Amino acid sequence: MTIMPPRKHGDASDGMVGGRLTRFEGSLKLTGAATYALEYPIDNLAHAALVQSTIAAGRVVSVDVTRALASPGVLMVLTPEDDLGLRVSADWQGNRPEDKPYHPLPREVQFNGQSIAAVIAESREQATEAAKLVVVTYEETSPVMSIDDPAAGEGKLMDNLTIGWGDAEAALAASPVRIESEYSTPREYHCAMEPHGLTAKWDGDELTIWEPSQWSHGMARMYAEWFAMDYEKVRIISPYIGGGFGSKGQPLAYGAVAVAAARKLGRPVQLAVTRPQNFTSYGGRAATRQTIALGASEDGVLQAIVHRGRTETSVYMDYPEQTGAATPILYKVENFSSQSRVVPVNTVTPGALRGPGKNPSAYGIESAMEELAYKLDMDPLELRLKNYADHDYQSGKPWSTRMLREALTQGAAAFGWEKRSQQPRSMRDGKTLIGWGIGCGTFPVIRAPSEAMIRVLANGRVEVVSGSIDMGQGTYTILAQTAAEALGVPVSQVDVLLGDSRMPGSSIAGGSMLAGSITGAVHKAAIAARDELIGLALNETGSPFRDTGANTLSLVGGRIEASRGGGPSLSLQELMQALGRDELEIRRNTLAENAQTPDDQKQAWTTMSKVQGPTSGDLSMHSWAAHFVEVRIDEDFGTIRVSRMVSAFDCGRLYNPKLVESQWKGGIIMGIGQALLEEGVVDPRNGRTINSNMADYLVPTNADIPDIEVISVGVPDLDASTLGGKGVGEVGIVGVAPAIANAVFHATGKRIRDLPITLEKLM
Amino acid sequence: MRDFSYLRASTLDEARQAVLQAGASILAGGTTLIDLAKCGVAEPETVVDISHLEGLSGIEVTPQSVTIGALSRMSDVADHSGIQAEMPAVSESLLLAASAQLRNMATIGGNVMQRTRCPYFRDPGTFPACNKRNPGSGCSALGGITRNHAVLGTSEHCLASNPGDLAVALVAFDAVVDLGSRRVPFDEFFLLPGDTPDRETVLQPGEMIIGLSIPKSAAAKNSTYLKVRDRQSYEFAAASAAVGLELEDDGRTVRDIRVGLGGVATKPWRARAVEQALIGKVLDDATIKAASLLAMEGAVAQSDNTYKIDLVPRVVARAIETVSTDKSGGLA
Ligand SMILES: Cc1cc2nc3c(=O)[nH]c(=O)nc-3n(C[C@H](O)[C@H](O)[C@H](O)COP(=O)(O)OP(=O)(O)OC[C@H]3O[C@@H](n4cnc5c(N)ncnc54)[C@H](O)[C@@H]3O)c2cc1C
Ligand code: SF4
Repeated sequence: MTIMPPRKHGDASDGMVGGRLTRFEGSLKLTGAATYALEYPIDNLAHAALVQSTIAAGRVVSVDVTRALASPGVLMVLTPEDDLGLRVSADWQGNRPEDKPYHPLPREVQFNGQSIAAVIAESREQATEAAKLVVVTYEETSPVMSIDDPAAGEGKLMDNLTIGWGDAEAALAASPVRIESEYSTPREYHCAMEPHGLTAKWDGDELTIWEPSQWSHGMARMYAEWFAMDYEKVRIISPYIGGGFGSKGQPLAYGAVAVAAARKLGRPVQLAVTRPQNFTSYGGRAATRQTIALGASEDGVLQAIVHRGRTETSVYMDYPEQTGAATPILYKVENFSSQSRVVPVNTVTPGALRGPGKNPSAYGIESAMEELAYKLDMDPLELRLKNYADHDYQSGKPWSTRMLREALTQGAAAFGWEKRSQQPRSMRDGKTLIGWGIGCGTFPVIRAPSEAMIRVLANGRVEVVSGSIDMGQGTYTILAQTAAEALGVPVSQVDVLLGDSRMPGSSIAGGSMLAGSITGAVHKAAIAARDELIGLALNETGSPFRDTGANTLSLVGGRIEASRGGGPSLSLQELMQALGRDELEIRRNTLAENAQTPDDQKQAWTTMSKVQGPTSGDLSMHSWAAHFVEVRIDEDFGTIRVSRMVSAFDCGRLYNPKLVESQWKGGIIMGIGQALLEEGVVDPRNGRTINSNMADYLVPTNADIPDIEVISVGVPDLDASTLGGKGVGEVGIVGVAPAIANAVFHATGKRIRDLPITLEKLM
Repeated sequence: MRDFSYLRASTLDEARQAVLQAGASILAGGTTLIDLAKCGVAEPETVVDISHLEGLSGIEVTPQSVTIGALSRMSDVADHSGIQAEMPAVSESLLLAASAQLRNMATIGGNVMQRTRCPYFRDPGTFPACNKRNPGSGCSALGGITRNHAVLGTSEHCLASNPGDLAVALVAFDAVVDLGSRRVPFDEFFLLPGDTPDRETVLQPGEMIIGLSIPKSAAAKNSTYLKVRDRQSYEFAAASAAVGLELEDDGRTVRDIRVGLGGVATKPWRARAVEQALIGKVLDDATIKAASLLAMEGAVAQSDNTYKIDLVPRVVARAIETVSTDKSGGLA
């Protein structure tokens, strides 16, 4: 395969890879022309509304649906009594548990806000009102409310997450300087602008689902398994998505309910999950607790890190939020120990939320590093540079690329870090205390195969076709750039079709893996399409190049001509006409040559089984970040404002710096929310999330966000991906919360170890 | 589906007649009413839309007072130059409330009548006990999460705070509520919860707010609204104060001072003890601080909202400092 010579990032103004193009679909979204899942006009549509539990644990004894059924427009009420005929699906890896029924409306109540019934009616309003008339009788059992509930216990040790080398306990005990602290984060939520929901329509034994999806193929596979049908008969359509942040990568119980209702009714069914129901229909980021002990020599050389993490999970599934994910790879340390536990409580199973694992993990270790710096009376920047990891101490492998030192030094220079005074509470402006802090972040390079199709049409336009998705991160745009560059046509000549499980296979848009994966496939298909066009032009009858004696042609700026110049020069349209072709279609994938069976392909697009982690080869591959924060805190009120931020990133080559910067800034803004505002508040008596709406669950507003300067220090990393990029979507949030907590300490002398840092904690 | 009838009132009398019926609700901007209908709290049988009534949206500045029609939008009042000049705290309280979109929709009458943000009040499906919604059913907030609940004016039956911002300025500057047939001083318009938290105001069936009148005063002219909260915008107050100050001719002694409190009381709160302690005094840091502590006289905190007891006096003190330094560039 040909690899295009990478350009220096940010210097391509021509719209090729590296160009700062604006998002192609942006104007559609701004003008309302982009159609979202619940907006497709569908005939004869019925509407479902969920009834959710109001207790945290117990059993549904009976459901009285009499009044609901009698309510105007109601067609059907589904309850735990109804056998919907579903089977459990395989997990993300494709591992199928023993075949047994799946009850999306279960009799066992495992958390407050669990869906236990659904009302289907002619209109959404009728269904919603009737849902209030469903009377559920429970037999309550005693719940575990949260990780802090004494009944929660210590949780289960996750052996696969135990990490260690050297003798951390002994080295810690022998260290002359030690710190140990516990850090907590609360339940946090995705709060995507577009709430969850779907429209399901059966045509005979074929099923079409319009649902926002971060993974059209994987979701189609899971739906097919639930309904014991062929994967090919399920189609997920998801061209536009109003944000996902990890929440839209799998079908959820409400989806099974809507599809089953559509089958039972013989009518298409739409189900809109209300904003409050979005807080319990799928899990946000788990609440975490971690204890970190650091040992260092008197001159600040790390001797040992001991990490113990506990995170909430549900009572029916172990979901570990890996608080030990960033801990082992940020610093050079010869003695390390990390253990992680999951603590089952009566909550919906938590899930992946931007930067899963790495995010709370970095919060812990990056807070602890600054605590150590203050204990040593050392500049926290100096401490980080002093303990810089020259290789990955966990895997023992060299880094592919790691420009974290450059991120730290260039970020510090842009921020003006050298003007900092070491003492806490030493910078103020009247009643405003000012503080500066640093937080480093990391996110692994996760690689996955993908497939793509390039279509050259008779009119000369080029289509890129992929079942991958764009939830706002820029897939449409960078795929057009990738195809344009590889083919040699202007980007304006390229159209991109995405978001349909019938289209070529792709990895999930999660784990920051999609861009690297799908640009690889599009690049490969586009190069093949170019070679094919040139081959046809040289050899086909009718081609004006056939008899010119040229043995190579080039395709540049949308024109095909002899590489040595002279002779005919044709546009793609003219060439297609000369060739007498309506269409040229080239499909390529990035699976290994020896893994191309239909089964291999299905596995690759619908499970995670072919996904490779950051150390699966000879190298350790990650994106890196260094955040520099200034906070201003009202001394009397404890109110914190982030007043300045500089963040420097190593994400390898940037395919489109404009879109990357907006990904980074979006992550940083979410990090500000995490540090200062976001917290799912749970009633201690019944486990209800009581701030399940956008007025009470606070995310940052524009007024909370200062000017954010982002800097790229990356170099192309061709081990990480075909075009040299590393993931950009998640690393932006990782390290922001500790940078803010560290700045708050510098400003006030108070170390707040539980997020969010609200005003009463500083008063 | 629950049906309700919708009446678009074309005259004030028609509207008044209509709201005499049991189960009738006035609809103005709808930003509270529709929200509460979605939560299942408001279940009106008749919705009486007054938003098209003529003559209720004027703002008038006379030599004695500022009058505001009940249908004036929050944004129009906030942006009114006469109000900004005569009573800046009124304008500021509106600009710091809700969001731009809501302020463009919401009316002043609806704003005064907005309901508490108590999460238990707003989730009837899960928390049947709420004396405000359902008299005698109990109070789910007791023993629950109370970070945003009131510490002043509470009773064992209800501790929901009044969330409004404008109301804080109105109570401070002695606004009068015009109900057409009678006029009620703002401080008397709202009721303490006592054992009837379902009754929030003195409005009788068939009555509605026609407008407000705020007397001009030197204190109102030199006033400020200070709102403290975690999020910079679009959040209700953890604590707020509307303060106006008039000094004697010596430029140092307090002739008149007004202190209203928000986010901490079951109704818009007038901190008269603070005012009394300062009238006739020369303002200095110590005097302000000592007087501000009186704002919390009689406060009763729950476990989650004790911080308000410390916060409120600091907010009051800062607001007083602001209006006293604006005059002379430093404390008198
Ligand atoms: C997300 C959110 C955030 C908010 N944040 C803030 C904030 O920070 N600060 C703040 O102060 N407010 C805030 N609000 C409240 C907002 O200011 C009120 O919803 C708004 O002012 C109500 O006005 P309206 O015209 O929309 O009222 P409506 O919803 O039309 O009416 C509200 C109530 O008043 C009654 N009513 C209306 N007009 C009259 C009248 N003339 N006479 C008698 N009764 C009447 C109605 O029957 C109804 O019960 C917020 C609201 C929301 C939804
Ligand atoms: S505080 Fe008042 S509004 Fe809230 S639950 Fe108790 S009675 Fe209801």
